Amino acid sequence: MTGTKRSGARVARAGAAPYLFLAPAVVLFVLFMALPIGYTIYLSLRRTQVSGLGLGRGSRREVFAGLDNYAAAIGDAELWLGWLRVLGYGALVLTVMLGLALIFALMLDTAHVRLARFSRIAIFLPYAVPGVAATLLWGFLYLPSLSPFQGLLELFDGEANLLGAGTVVYSMANVAVWGGVGFNMLVLYTTLRAVPREYYEAARIDGATELQIALRVKIPLLTPAIILTTVFSLIATVQVFTEPTALRPLTNTIGSTWSPLMKVYRDAFVAGDLYSAAATAIVIAGIALVLSFGFLRIVKNRAFGEG
Amino acid sequence: MSTGVLPARAAARHARPRLHPLRGAVPTAVLLLGAVYCLFPVTWVLIAATKTPGELFSTATLAIGSGLWSNIADLLAYRDGVFLLWLGNTVLYAGVGATLSAAVSALAGYALAKYRFPGRNLVFNLLIGGILVPAVVLAIPQYLLLSKAGLADTYWSVLLPQILSPYGIYLARIYAAAAVPDALVEAARIDGAGHGQIFFRVALPLMTPGLVTVFLFQFTAIWNNFLLPFIMLGDDRAFPLTVGLYTLLAAGANQPSLYNLILTGAMLSIIPLVALFLTMQRYWRTDLSRGAVKS
Repeated sequence: MTGTKRSGARVARAGAAPYLFLAPAVVLFVLFMALPIGYTIYLSLRRTQVSGLGLGRGSRREVFAGLDNYAAAIGDAELWLGWLRVLGYGALVLTVMLGLALIFALMLDTAHVRLARFSRIAIFLPYAVPGVAATLLWGFLYLPSLSPFQGLLELFDGEANLLGAGTVVYSMANVAVWGGVGFNMLVLYTTLRAVPREYYEAARIDGATELQIALRVKIPLLTPAIILTTVFSLIATVQVFTEPTALRPLTNTIGSTWSPLMKVYRDAFVAGDLYSAAATAIVIAGIALVLSFGFLRIVKNRAFGEG
Repeated sequence: MSTGVLPARAAARHARPRLHPLRGAVPTAVLLLGAVYCLFPVTWVLIAATKTPGELFSTATLAIGSGLWSNIADLLAYRDGVFLLWLGNTVLYAGVGATLSAAVSALAGYALAKYRFPGRNLVFNLLIGGILVPAVVLAIPQYLLLSKAGLADTYWSVLLPQILSPYGIYLARIYAAAAVPDALVEAARIDGAGHGQIFFRVALPLMTPGLVTVFLFQFTAIWNNFLLPFIMLGDDRAFPLTVGLYTLLAAGANQPSLYNLILTGAMLSIIPLVALFLTMQRYWRTDLSRGAVKS
């Protein structure tokens, strides 16, 4: 046992040591984060100018384009349709995934639950399945020729097809919910475990039921963790790419520009227009940031504005 | 849900709750339903991979087939064994990438937790801000920049961009602050140990359990990543499993005779990570919310 306990004490007289320790991280940050971000912004402000017939060397050069690419990205109807699709898909994924994660976390934290360890591990298991493989598994489970749900569905609708134009968005959302619910459950459950048990004892002595404790004590305590998981899920959903891309080979109801990020990919690598791809990428990043910060603001005003 | 609350209410009135036989039945049932939902596709693919192409369409969904070994043999023979190459590539990308990531995170997290120096908060905020940067803004310019360096379509192009992990640095900082006592560091200093010695001999052993967690998260992230290798690689001999599986799917989606190949591929690409996940249970910790939103 050491006699003095100075919790805030740091190792002083550091000199160059901390900078050396940080050097690998900072070098990687500059090369693979700062530089690419800067380069994307630079590209988004450029365009190719074609002179003459556009043949031969020197007939194409890169020139400054100002905000033209952004104007084009914002005025692009195809991109807007992508946003609308992702908005519907994202609303579905976020509410169902986080709702289930919250319910599961609260249930795990109930006093007399049985087989909790098994259920916790089973629900977290899809986290270990790559998005492509998850989409492939579900995709085959949706295929009318293979689907075990097909017989059941045809009782209600003879034309049922889980990969049809009207259903594919729900099928896709299910893949994302399946993959993400366990991780979010674990984050919320870990937070709940850190709460001193006395909080609940006090409520119980006051005559609160388990449901009241969940609604009035646990959910308010979970609010910061719920906000955090929502923001991370929001950022991930805005850039959805893997699920629609991997589902495309199995259905003709998903276009090559289904989500905004798929359009960026197509612009950059199929159409070869890096400049508009860069501008669209910045717009997507901007929307992700605005949504996250907007959400944080709304929540903060709600939670702390009244006090 | 609300039906299970009634016995709880009755019991709560007494200081020592009586054990009702149905107590916990509702949460147990809800969680088991969740477990069935989450296990079903994995169980299904384990079974589907045992079926011959004929059995896949004719036998009951959960009936085990007779074609597992021929499916695996077919898959391993597919295009001169490219599947094994994909598996090896994935192990390489995820293993080397996550090891380097844990090392970089350990160094940075230790420095941020145990030293006070000018620029500390700025560096921390910049590194952590990376969590919020969407991959889309990074992947395309990373490809262009690596092309200029002559590294696109090589192993480096998938490995290098995935070493830096903002979340890993954040976790390492928390573990360093919690697991390495200042007094111990100071005692080592008084004994004449240098900064590097203190880090390797004192701090690193104490931080190891936390670093295993960092390693596992990054290993999973790299193993599961699709967008980056999809953009970086053109040569299918450098593909990881995710991109390989996608090309297999794209090639075989219209040929039901290839379905067993695709499903066997999916099964084999899931097993290693699920095994790692189940054996390393106690290292999967997600304390990411602690302290993150305190301000």
